[in-house]
Amino acid sequence: MDRVDHIVRRSRFFDAFFAVVGGLILVAVLIVLFVLIGDLFYRGFDRINWQFLTSFPSRFAERAGILSALVGSILVLIVTAVCSIPLGIAAGLYLEEYAPKNRLTALIEINISNLASVPSIIYGLMALGLFVYKLNLGQSILAAGLTLGLLVLPIVIVTTREAIRSVPQHIREAAFAVGATKWQVVRDHVLPYSSGGIMTGVIIALSRAIGETAPLVTIGALTFISFLPSPPLTPEPPFISFKWLMDPFAVLPIQMFNWISRPQEGFHVNAAAVGVVILIITLGMNAAAILIRWRFRRRIKW
Amino acid sequence: MVNSSIYPVKAEVKSLNFYYGQVHALKNINLQIPEKKVVALIGPSGCGKTTLLRCFNRMHDLYPGHTYSGEIVLHPDEVNVLSKDVDPIEVRMRISMVFQKPNPFPKSIYENVAYGLRVRGIRRRSILDEHVERALRSAALWDEVKDRLHSMAFNLSGGQQQRLCIARALAIDPELILFDEPTSALDPIATAKIEELTNELKKEVSIIIVTHNMQQAARISDYTAFMYMGELIEYDETGKIFTKPSKKLTEEYITGHFG
Ligand SMILES: Nc1ncnc2c1ncn2[C@@H]1O[C@H](COP(=O)(O)OP(=O)(O)O)[C@@H](O)[C@H]1O
Ligand SMILES: [Mg+2]
Repeated sequence: MDRVDHIVRRSRFFDAFFAVVGGLILVAVLIVLFVLIGDLFYRGFDRINWQFLTSFPSRFAERAGILSALVGSILVLIVTAVCSIPLGIAAGLYLEEYAPKNRLTALIEINISNLASVPSIIYGLMALGLFVYKLNLGQSILAAGLTLGLLVLPIVIVTTREAIRSVPQHIREAAFAVGATKWQVVRDHVLPYSSGGIMTGVIIALSRAIGETAPLVTIGALTFISFLPSPPLTPEPPFISFKWLMDPFAVLPIQMFNWISRPQEGFHVNAAAVGVVILIITLGMNAAAILIRWRFRRRIKW
Repeated sequence: MVNSSIYPVKAEVKSLNFYYGQVHALKNINLQIPEKKVVALIGPSGCGKTTLLRCFNRMHDLYPGHTYSGEIVLHPDEVNVLSKDVDPIEVRMRISMVFQKPNPFPKSIYENVAYGLRVRGIRRRSILDEHVERALRSAALWDEVKDRLHSMAFNLSGGQQQRLCIARALAIDPELILFDEPTSALDPIATAKIEELTNELKKEVSIIIVTHNMQQAARISDYTAFMYMGELIEYDETGKIFTKPSKKLTEEYITGHFG
């Protein structure tokens, strides 16, 4: 039998070994990431100026801009948010607070987790069949927003459930004990105390939607579009118009893809610049998510 | 077991059986709760004290698989609170509860106390103010918090939080209050404050208190019920239980031979 100090020395060695290996891998991964991002910023950052943000695409790299793609991304994201946020929160809330725990709900739960890992192009194919052809929405902002909405719905549902589950049962019991109904417990306690986590999930889901390319290519996003969708506000009554929902569109990642496949060097710089814009938007949204979570954590202690 | 000295009766437990799924946790409990007195439930850990207490306000209805039979009749209107025809919400508006661990809502002190009124749809500021102040005074907390009613409940100490929970339970003007080991998470000074409080409260309201601390039961209760393995072994005036219990098991427990 080994002496105790041998055993200890051996485990110490393995501890140190794994710490070093793990650390090295982490450093390597971070270096690759920073080199990629740094390269993108180095090549594209200077190209971002007012002209770039407010011009339509052009045959000439130095006159081209991302206006239509930026507006397209924003509008698609609005549709995505409007359909996935209420639906996702309601579904998560129902599964966590109301649904009986039985085989059927267990099956639904497993399937929702699985949906989150389905490749996004599959969503695109389904959307092409359902939204574009069956429902006759065409290659429109509405079809794109609904597609991305479906894509991020599982993320919203899963994070909503996690946030709701973090509200301790004794808080629910305290509310029930003074005569609250189920809905009052949900409205006055469960939702407010989990809203930090829910908002974080929603933002992360939307920042994922911003970068999605494959499903939008599948349903037919345009790569060259030199007009904006119809304005949502009109000078005549009823002043609000939803015509833009049915307009064709371009989005940022597709614009980037289009430029990168051109031979001219100038378009490659443009592509890097779009990449920087997308990165800034997603990092900004993630920073907002972290900030929100931090502020709620500070306010609520169990 | 039925004691003729218990009069007037506030609540009457009749042939109560309780099951956690297959586990028979309460076995044919019969018990009379006197009005405006303190009843202590004692017994070793796992004997069913909490289970019995949570039957009174239908807390078990929140969990599928928790089943029960029998009656708990509330006087003077003789409502069987366990009846399927009686809404548990209604029961909880008459019988309130203080939990083992202080569990204030992450809201202001004021909103914690007012919550039981808000769920009844009371919106008038003056009525809320009045009830909140009265409840906080009854819970001996008013003087400590009157200048910071709108600060978060978490800023209070453990003992203050538990008194806040008592105020929350009092604000709905209950007829009966259930305490489940309310001092087990508190230091001796905070414990003494709450024991003193139960003495004051019983002038207004009937009290059932679960405790694993026999000295506490002896100090604050008028009647004591000794439970063992889901059964009610003995129930009598506290003085009698602690000086000359009639059952051997009770005597062994209070003299510290087990539990
Ligand atoms: N949620 C539950 N599910 C299943 N069994 C439970 C549950 N809660 C309590 N029990 C069991 O019921 C018995 C009584 O528990 P409890 O009423 O909590 O005892 P006490 O409060 O006297 O310590 C114990 O044997 C315990 O293991
Ligand atoms: Mg207990």
